[in-house]
Amino acid sequence: MIFKWFNAEQGSAVERFAKRDRLNPLELLPWILAIAAYYVFPSYLPLGSQILLTILFAISLDLALGYAGIITLGHAAFFGVGAYSAGLYALHVTGEPLSGLVVAAIAAGILGLLSGLVILRTTGLTLIMLTLAVLLIVQEFANRARPITGGADGLNGIAMLPIFGVFRFDLFGHTAYWYCLSVLFVMWIFGLLLVRSPFGRSLTGVRENITRMHSIGAPVRRRLVTIYTISAAMAGVAGALLAQTSQFVGLATLGFERSGEIVIMLVLGGIGRIYGAIVGVVIFMIAQDSFARANPAFWSFWVGLLLVLIVLFARGGALGIADNLVALLRGRKK
Amino acid sequence: MDAFLSAFVSILFHGLAYAMILYVISVGLSVTMGLMGFVNLAHGVFAMLGGYVMTTLMNRYGIPFGFALLAAFIAVALFSIVLERLLYSRLYRAGELEQVLFSIGIIFMSVALVRYTWGALPQRMVVPEMLRGSLDFGFRSFPTYRTFLIIVSFGVIAALWLGIERTNFGAQVRAAVDNRRMAESLGINTSKLFTLTFALGSGLAAFGGGMGADILAINPQYAQDYLIYFLMVVSVGGLGSIRGPFVAALLLGIGDTACRYLVPEFGAFFLFAAMMGILLWRPMGLFGKA
Amino acid sequence: MKFAKFAAIALAATILPFASAMAQTIKIGFITSYTGQNASVGVMMDKTVKLWMKEHEKDLPAGVKVEILTRDDTGPNPETAKRLATELVTRDKVDFLAGVIWTPNAAAIAPIAAEAKTPFVIMNAGTSAIIPSGGAPYTVRVSFTLWQSSLPLGQWAAKNNLKKVYSLVSDFGPGIDAETAFKKGFTDGGGNLVEAVRMPLATQDFAPFMQKAKDAKPDAVFVFIPAGVQATGVMKAYSDLGLAKEGIKLIGPGDITTDEELPNMGDVALGAITMFHYSAAATRPANQAFLKMWQRDYGANDWPAFEAAATWDGMMAIFDTIKAQGGKVNGEKSYSLLKGWKTDNSPRGPIMIDPENGDIIQNEYLRRVEKVNGVLGNVEIETFQTAVKDPWKLLNPKK
Repeated sequence: MIFKWFNAEQGSAVERFAKRDRLNPLELLPWILAIAAYYVFPSYLPLGSQILLTILFAISLDLALGYAGIITLGHAAFFGVGAYSAGLYALHVTGEPLSGLVVAAIAAGILGLLSGLVILRTTGLTLIMLTLAVLLIVQEFANRARPITGGADGLNGIAMLPIFGVFRFDLFGHTAYWYCLSVLFVMWIFGLLLVRSPFGRSLTGVRENITRMHSIGAPVRRRLVTIYTISAAMAGVAGALLAQTSQFVGLATLGFERSGEIVIMLVLGGIGRIYGAIVGVVIFMIAQDSFARANPAFWSFWVGLLLVLIVLFARGGALGIADNLVALLRGRKK
Repeated sequence: MDAFLSAFVSILFHGLAYAMILYVISVGLSVTMGLMGFVNLAHGVFAMLGGYVMTTLMNRYGIPFGFALLAAFIAVALFSIVLERLLYSRLYRAGELEQVLFSIGIIFMSVALVRYTWGALPQRMVVPEMLRGSLDFGFRSFPTYRTFLIIVSFGVIAALWLGIERTNFGAQVRAAVDNRRMAESLGINTSKLFTLTFALGSGLAAFGGGMGADILAINPQYAQDYLIYFLMVVSVGGLGSIRGPFVAALLLGIGDTACRYLVPEFGAFFLFAAMMGILLWRPMGLFGKA
Repeated sequence: MKFAKFAAIALAATILPFASAMAQTIKIGFITSYTGQNASVGVMMDKTVKLWMKEHEKDLPAGVKVEILTRDDTGPNPETAKRLATELVTRDKVDFLAGVIWTPNAAAIAPIAAEAKTPFVIMNAGTSAIIPSGGAPYTVRVSFTLWQSSLPLGQWAAKNNLKKVYSLVSDFGPGIDAETAFKKGFTDGGGNLVEAVRMPLATQDFAPFMQKAKDAKPDAVFVFIPAGVQATGVMKAYSDLGLAKEGIKLIGPGDITTDEELPNMGDVALGAITMFHYSAAATRPANQAFLKMWQRDYGANDWPAFEAAATWDGMMAIFDTIKAQGGKVNGEKSYSLLKGWKTDNSPRGPIMIDPENGDIIQNEYLRRVEKVNGVLGNVEIETFQTAVKDPWKLLNPKK
């Protein structure tokens, strides 16, 4: 089985080029595992839903950071806005979940578009600071607009209606798990189509050599703003999933820690390759669930050490290491 | 009118004390970022360590305040040389993302190590007897310690500015910030210069962190909690500048205090909006090189 | 191979709960903050649980064991608290949920308790509305509400010649409760609340706020902040800015002179007037016994504060519930036993859980900070009111 996969990568360059957009059977593996996990670990479903929606958040970040090279520490702004809009929509309009996702995507997308238009003119530290500024402004608004957002007490009392009027959200998280998995699947397909489209390819061009993209006349800023908006909307959907499945929204959805952690998870898996988001989030959150429980204080030490090691020795993250190993094995075979 | 004046004086005084701490902590960050182009989010770790060294020496070993503060400066400066040589220097040529991640990693590790060593609670800063209470200036009274803090900071800042302007070392730093290649071809050992500047900046941060323990409480999350404030001072002030961050620190310190005093219901909302406005208007900061 | 491993894990996951049920182990999910803002309070509550277990584990019916599962909610972080509570009831199948320092966290957990039919014993969080007037299913509170202390304090202030008072509270549930309750008691009695400022919850430097209070020249400043290190920060600002010298008094619920921090505050705290339900300096025998045990285990310079007293009483209530059911607990039965539970043997005097809504009923004491044997303590001057029900529920019967 593994050998077959190796061989698929070989062959003539033209063949490989033609095949690169085709779905590799291996790409179905995460979904099979996700479905299997439902039956194998029934008491871990709330954690499972958290992992699934965090993967969606990481994929959204990968579009901006991995594919377009926009370094942001403020992505939680969109996650949080999505969560709050879904929460407020459920509280004041209707508890119907699917329309809530749309509302969250629109709200986060609008913030992404508006902020993207002004901040994506800058680069480097200034851009990092501006992404942070957007996050802080939204956070401070949520903190102080107590009559709307509940301030530090958060939005409580969100009641969700059953999905399609049939599937009720239960305490054990059965419905939430399938719900998150389905939404993630749809978004994943969308993400794959996007990055494998000419538009997606041109983003990589922007990331790798912005001067050349300018000189061949590509509308660089428009592309950046577009992907930033899409990424924001997707992060908003992830936030909405959290609001709907936990039926609570608090300031932590807008926390700097959430912003930082999602970058870490993505880097851990490997950026700019969609699957890095899946691998990184799964490793990080399962490790956190098992180690942080025993010793929450020391958990951050290992995360920090891992980050430093990745930066110094393994910039491709887990999948990068896997690539290298594969290359090494193949080299030996020849 | 009287109420207005007293509010004005109150805001100015507390804002100034806050600004001084922010500046003394952040100025090193500005210089090292300007010199090496290193996005070091972990600068606050040095300020935090300074605070811990100082409070430990004072509370556990009964060493007087002044000596403890000096010891914090020296200890953290030496420690930072080790870090710079071992780790930071490997990443000077790396991309921003790598530097950001690396320094976040350093912050995370520091949180855990500090909590392991000193516990989760904020450190108590016992101000020396003679600096407690308030000083009566006739027209009104001010807290003694904060008055002391403002005066000492001004002394440190004056020494720093004179040093950068007048000494040979200062001239080398300025040359390297302006044009590193040219400075190198003139025979300046920039690698050594980096290390020394890094150590001086970290030592100053430790000094500021120790002295400001009364305002910015020393706890394991310190580097994370105040990160945004240090970064704001540097990015609004302008990378590589010595004076820019001073202006930025004044704006931030006084602005933040004014917000809390006048419009507590808005929190720091205006402050962050102002930062965004300034950075959009001048992306390289108020005094940064374009 | 892989499948075999999965199967083994799955099998273990199904069998384990049964195995533990046979040994009659009763699980208490204890959620508090070991890290973040006010980690000191979490540590104190944890120490109380350990002390209780050490002293009273032997009182359980034969063959019954109690297991405490501790979880860290990392501060005012309701999402984490909610996730932890969900995991405790779904994955660990606990019989009781307990602890919780922060109001937002408790409010997020209460619906989980109701849905899982697992009794939830709040040991600190003091916002009235966590438990509405009709009660919150499966949630009881053994700690306090801010209304219980701040309303009588307002009445006292109005009667005791404090004409102008300036209010400073943390901007979240309990702070707003404290402000509203004090204002009601104070202005109904003819007092003038000159200004009411709400400070961000994460405030560490109180000087700008305190300076503004001083500039307003009131007779007293009413303060509420979450007890713990912030209390020392408030006292420091009050001292450094010289409010005492201008004759401006410091008053508030007991959080501002919390017992464990009081020795660190210095003499400036002398004379601060507070209204509260517990003081480590109280002379009643139950408290003296509690204090003796505490200082025997944790040192003579370590003081239990109201969070410790509430945790102690909460453990007592849970143990009484377990004993009353002979060790075979059932969520529904436990909840009905908890409602109406009472004791005369609490360190804070006689207490009772309101059978109507599950909230605490207790005495309120007027206290002043004085030196007792050279140590600062909250000396109880008088029992201001007895058997106080949560006034908010009496004023808002429909909420």
